[in-house]
Formats: sequence, C-alpha cells, structure tokens
Amino acid sequence: MGQTTVTHDSHAAHEHDHHEQSFIMKYFFSTDHKIIGLQYMFTGMFMAIVGGYFAYAFRMQLAFPGMEVPLYGTVGPGEYNMLITNHGSIMIFWVAMPVLIAAFGNILIPLMIGCDDMVFPRLNRLSYQIFLLSVVVLFMSFFVQGGGFGGAWTSYPPLSAVAEYNLTDWGASLWLIAVALEFVAFLIGGINFVTTSMNARAPGMRMTDIPMVVWMIVLASIMFMASVGPLIAGSIMLLMDQRIGTTFFVPSGGGDPILWQHLFWFFGHPEVYVVLLPALGIVAEIMTTFARKKLFGYKTILYTTFATGGLAFVVWAHHQFIAGIDPRMANIFLVTTLLISIPIAEILFSYIATLYGGSIEFRTPMLWALGFLITFLLGGVTGIYLGSSALDIYFHDSYFVIAHFHYTFFPIAIIGMFAGLYHWYPKMFGRMMDETLGKIHFWGTIIPFNGIFLPLFLVGMAGQHRRIYNFQHFPDLATADLQGIRVFATVSMVTMLLFQFVFAYNFFVSMFKGEKAPANPWKSNTLEWTVPSPPPHGNFAELPVVYRGPYEYSVPGNKEDYWPQNMPDRN
Amino acid sequence: MSMQGPLATSRSATGIPTGRLAVWWLLASEIFIFGGLIACYILYRLNNPWWGGEAVFTKVPAGAFNTFVLLTSSLFIVLAHDAAEKKDFDRAFKFIWYTIGGGLIFLLVKYYEYSSKLFTDDPELLKTPLTNTYWSFYYTATGLHALHVIGGMVIMALISFDLRKGFNPHRVELIGLYWHFVDIVWIFLFPLLYIAK
Repeated sequence: MGQTTVTHDSHAAHEHDHHEQSFIMKYFFSTDHKIIGLQYMFTGMFMAIVGGYFAYAFRMQLAFPGMEVPLYGTVGPGEYNMLITNHGSIMIFWVAMPVLIAAFGNILIPLMIGCDDMVFPRLNRLSYQIFLLSVVVLFMSFFVQGGGFGGAWTSYPPLSAVAEYNLTDWGASLWLIAVALEFVAFLIGGINFVTTSMNARAPGMRMTDIPMVVWMIVLASIMFMASVGPLIAGSIMLLMDQRIGTTFFVPSGGGDPILWQHLFWFFGHPEVYVVLLPALGIVAEIMTTFARKKLFGYKTILYTTFATGGLAFVVWAHHQFIAGIDPRMANIFLVTTLLISIPIAEILFSYIATLYGGSIEFRTPMLWALGFLITFLLGGVTGIYLGSSALDIYFHDSYFVIAHFHYTFFPIAIIGMFAGLYHWYPKMFGRMMDETLGKIHFWGTIIPFNGIFLPLFLVGMAGQHRRIYNFQHFPDLATADLQGIRVFATVSMVTMLLFQFVFAYNFFVSMFKGEKAPANPWKSNTLEWTVPSPPPHGNFAELPVVYRGPYEYSVPGNKEDYWPQNMPDRN
Repeated sequence: MSMQGPLATSRSATGIPTGRLAVWWLLASEIFIFGGLIACYILYRLNNPWWGGEAVFTKVPAGAFNTFVLLTSSLFIVLAHDAAEKKDFDRAFKFIWYTIGGGLIFLLVKYYEYSSKLFTDDPELLKTPLTNTYWSFYYTATGLHALHVIGGMVIMALISFDLRKGFNPHRVELIGLYWHFVDIVWIFLFPLLYIAK
C-alpha cells in the first residue's frame, strides 16, 4: 500500500481547512465529506417534505374531487399534472438519489474505508453546489408563466417537446435543465466515490473486506454513470426541440418520439437499481449488527449484484410493451426482466439466511431493515406480473403499476433512508435517538404505507387508469366501492404523513437533548464506529490498519461478540 | 486533524494515480454521452437513407483538414507530456500552447463551415439546425464536440502557467487523456456526418 506520496494539491486543500472556520464557511462551503453528506441529507429531507406535500394535495383531490384541500386550495387539472410530475421527479432525483447515494456515500465511504476525506474534496463541494443549483432551478420552474411542467416524470415527447401541447413553455425547459444539472452533480460525485473507494482504502483492507454498503454505493455510481450518458444526450436534444424548434422527437418534423422512450428507460430502469443497491447495503450493515451474525454469502451477494448490474441494462423496454415496439423484441425483454428477479431474490435469500440463527435485537434500525425486506419483496413479486408482456397489456398505465413501483421505491427511498438514519444518527450527531418514539414512527409509517398501496393494487386490477384528474368523469370508474378504496388510501396517506411529525420531533430534539452517544453504541465492527461520535475533522486520530472483514460477529474464542476490523488481537 | 503522518487521500491502493483514475472515469461517462448521441444518429440515419443527399452539403476537405489539425495537436500534447516527465517545463509549456493553437485552428475552420451554411443568401445552401433532423444532428454533435474543444483549451491555458513554474506536472498527462478523447470523438463524427453519403 503506497501512501507516501503527498501531492501538492491535496496538501493545499488540507492546510486550508485546518484553520478555525466561521459557521457559514463550516456548514456551507466546507470540503469535509461529513458536512457535505449532511448538506445532501438535509436538502434531500427538505425535498421529501415538498414531494410529500404534493402527493398529499393530489391524493386529496382523487379522494374528494373538487374539494378545497386544507393547506393547499383547490387542485385544477393542469395543476394536478404538475403535482404528479414533480412528486415523481422530486422523490426520485431529489430525495432518493441525494439521501441514499450522496448523503450516505459521503458520510460513510471515507469513514468505512479508514480515510480522512474523499480524494477530491473540492470536487465534492462542487457536486453539492451544482445539486443545490438544480434544486433552485426546479423551484423556479413552479413560478414561471404557465406553471411547473406537467408531462410526467418520464417526460414523453411530443407532449414534452412542444409548448403548444404541454402549455408549460418554460416550466418544461426548466424542469429538464434541473434534471440535467442533477445528473451532472451525481456524475461528479460518483467519480469521487469510485476513485476514493478504489484508491484510498486503509492498509490491509482487501476488496472483500470492504463493507457491503460501500460496495453497493460504488456499484450504484458506476451504473448511474453508464446509464445516464445517453439520457444527457437525449436531454440536450429535447431541450433543443423545446427551445430552438428542432424536431428530434416530434413526428410532424420527421422525428421519432419512441427514441426518447428508449433513451429515458435505458437510464430509467438501471436507475431503479442505482437507488436499490445503497438501500440493500444499508440493510446489510444493520442486519449483521443487530443479528450479531456474519453476513451470509458476502461473495455471493457481491457477484449477484454484478449480475443484477449487468442485467439491469438489458431490461429497459419492458416499460414500452404497448408503445408499439416489435412483439419479438418484447419477448426478449420479457425474458431478461424475469431473469433479473433471480439475482435479486438470491440477495434477499442471503439476507434471510443472515437472520437465521442470529440473536436478533429489535432495535429501531433493525425494525426498519426488516420492514425493508418484507415490503420490497412484495414490490419485487408484483414486478413479475408487469414483466410479462401479455399481462402488461392489461396492467400498463394502471394503478397496479403505481402500487408496484411504490412497493419498490418506498422501501428503497423511505424505509432504507430511515433505517440508515436511525442506525448512523449517533455517528452523525453524537447523540442517541429515542427508541420508543422511533418504534412508534416505524409502526406509524409501515402500517399506513400498506394501507395506501395494497388498495391501489385492487383499483389497478379493476382497471383504474393512472393520470386521471377526476374519476367522476368516468362512470365505469366512479363507482362507490372504487371511490371508497380511494378514500381509504388517502386517509392512510394522511395518517402516514402525520406520523412523520414524530420523527421530526425525535430527530431535532435528540440532536440537542438526546443521550450522548458513545463511539460504538451498537457494538459494530466497521471502522466508522472506532472514531468518536461525531467524528472530528480528519476522522481518525491515527489512521487505522484493517485485519479482517466487516462482519466478524459472535466469533468463537472471543470474549465479546463483535470484532472490530482494526483490532489486531482477539476481542 | 491528520496533518501529521501521511494523508489518506493521497493513497493509491490500486497503484494507479488517483487523478488518472478519475479522468478515466470522467471519460467513461463522456463516452456514454457521445455514444448515446451517435447511436441515436445512426438509428435515424438507417431509417432515413435520404440523409445521404443532405450530407453532400458538408465540406469534406474542411473536415479532413480539421482531422489533420486535431491529430497533430494530439501529437503536441504527447510531446508536452514527455517534456513534463523530463522536467523540461519550458518545452512542455511551449507544446501545450501549440496544442491550444491546434484547437484554435480547428475552431476557426469550424466557424468557416458554420457561417457558410448559416449566413448565406443562397436558399439552396442555407442549412440551419431547423432545416431537417440531419442538420439538427450535425449542429448538435459538432457543437457539443466544439464545446469540449473549447473546454480543453481553457483548462490547458489555466494549467500552463503553473506548469512553467514546475507545479503539478502530472496535470499534463490528465489533460492529454482528455484531449485524445476529444480527438477520438471527432474521428467518429467526421465519417458519420461528412463522409457517409
């Protein structure tokens, strides 16, 4: 392990950080990976509030059409489209990505691999600044003439390409620019994650000693990089269609709208795995810690993740089964789509095997991790229905699809995020969160969540189309029992949102009044638990040397049931 | 604070310098961007054989000259890298500016090509991005490439003065990698847009 060469560059950056900094310099212009991680996390949590608020407004409209929604007002048809579009965009691009990849990646990667920062601290700061700019541009899009973009998060042309069709001339363009800026931010951040994990590992840390969550974030960054490029090219083309009047995607001028669908889903499907992998990694760390057991099949999980990553690039057209693609092509994508459930199932089985025979402690993070497994399983299984091209003809664009992808994305983005937050909160803020409130929050989230989306499978199977503003206009869909289900889902959703106040209270009050956290409250093995909570600038007083893998729990011959990675002797 | 002892950020567990690794990842993501654009163009082109009739309006000699200029500038950046390795920083500085000069000639020829199509009174020869999708692709692809050329020139100019003082000589290699990539993109664009009729 060569660690003797000190380049001029990194030296300068570090000397710069050494001085006492003002509050603004410390929290807004810091190059410290932990601060940048927190910036991403707070921005992501703020965006989650916005996205949740949008969902609240349009769900109320669906349950009680035409009603004046408390704290919002009446929802008009154009506004409804804007709300669903930006709910989807925000939750995926501005909540799941920043929190799961950028926040946890920034906070955890250097700590877990025994390093004092990212290899490019200033690039890291730039990544966040571009991300913040994308947030600003997105908010601008809500306030321009015509309002925010309403062409769904998939932004299919020609609707998205021609202002006369979507009626949001600048809203559509600003939305597109915001998304493109967000991509750039994550490309830059991803380069940092990948190079840091490849080059800056502590001496002694082999590839198979890297904690699973680091592997997952790195693989997610590589997948993101490999999938988003064509969509960036597509975004430039779409922006030219919108602003200059070219006709790349507009059939009246000789363009091909299906091409955008290919570009979008070539990114859009791997994107599901881009956010899934970090959540799987977080769950792996939590489960091994609270089951006091070694991760079952570290290498198996790793190789199946590679297989998932590869297959994820050849399944995209299952989103387009009824878009007019060749039925022979649909067959190919049907097979690849069903194939990809094999490695994912294998990972889930490995996780269940990890639990088997462990001494499980039902602490709050563990509850969230188990909640992830159970809910994600349901999302995965319903994916098989939609992956079959014959069934998809019926289910396409129905609420069945909505329920399916919320059963995948909600466990990933929300349950996975809370699992990670509860688990690493002591490390981030140096204080413990309240267990009882955490458990109330867990049950208050997971039960209403199923209350929202299980009924939506039913209305979807009954033929309820998505993207309909007011079902009263459709006699077939305006029946009393269907409406009853919609009201039930909306009430569940409001219940779930109310329980988030428990979390907010717990989160902010514990930050100042919580019990002081020791360095290793969960008796965990990975390196981040060997430094004080919260870790000082530079992380490690003495840079660690790694002797073993991250999951050596309950090893016979040790007095303690955990064995930190940097401990040379028996524990 | 880890001021004493080695900085973990300058580690190299793979044996590859971190900067080079990062540039390779950057180029990988660029390959997907240009790859997506070129793949779109090829798909459209296969569905629209008549685009060959549009491609005759491109200036093949100008494009060929630009290919020569860009390849020569790539030679210069290699010579700059070689000089920087040998710690002959004045020579490296000189060759970096030769490379920038190559980029400048490339852009001037590009300007000549664009202006002869955009600012002409002859309606036969007038080709704007809105003429048809072939020309939309032509301007998007060559324009995006030209932006990369400009970006590379700016970065080279910025690093050249530090380099002359002997600071950060490894940057020559990094910008060289990037410049070769810009070169290779052009080698794909030139036959696809100009030569294929």
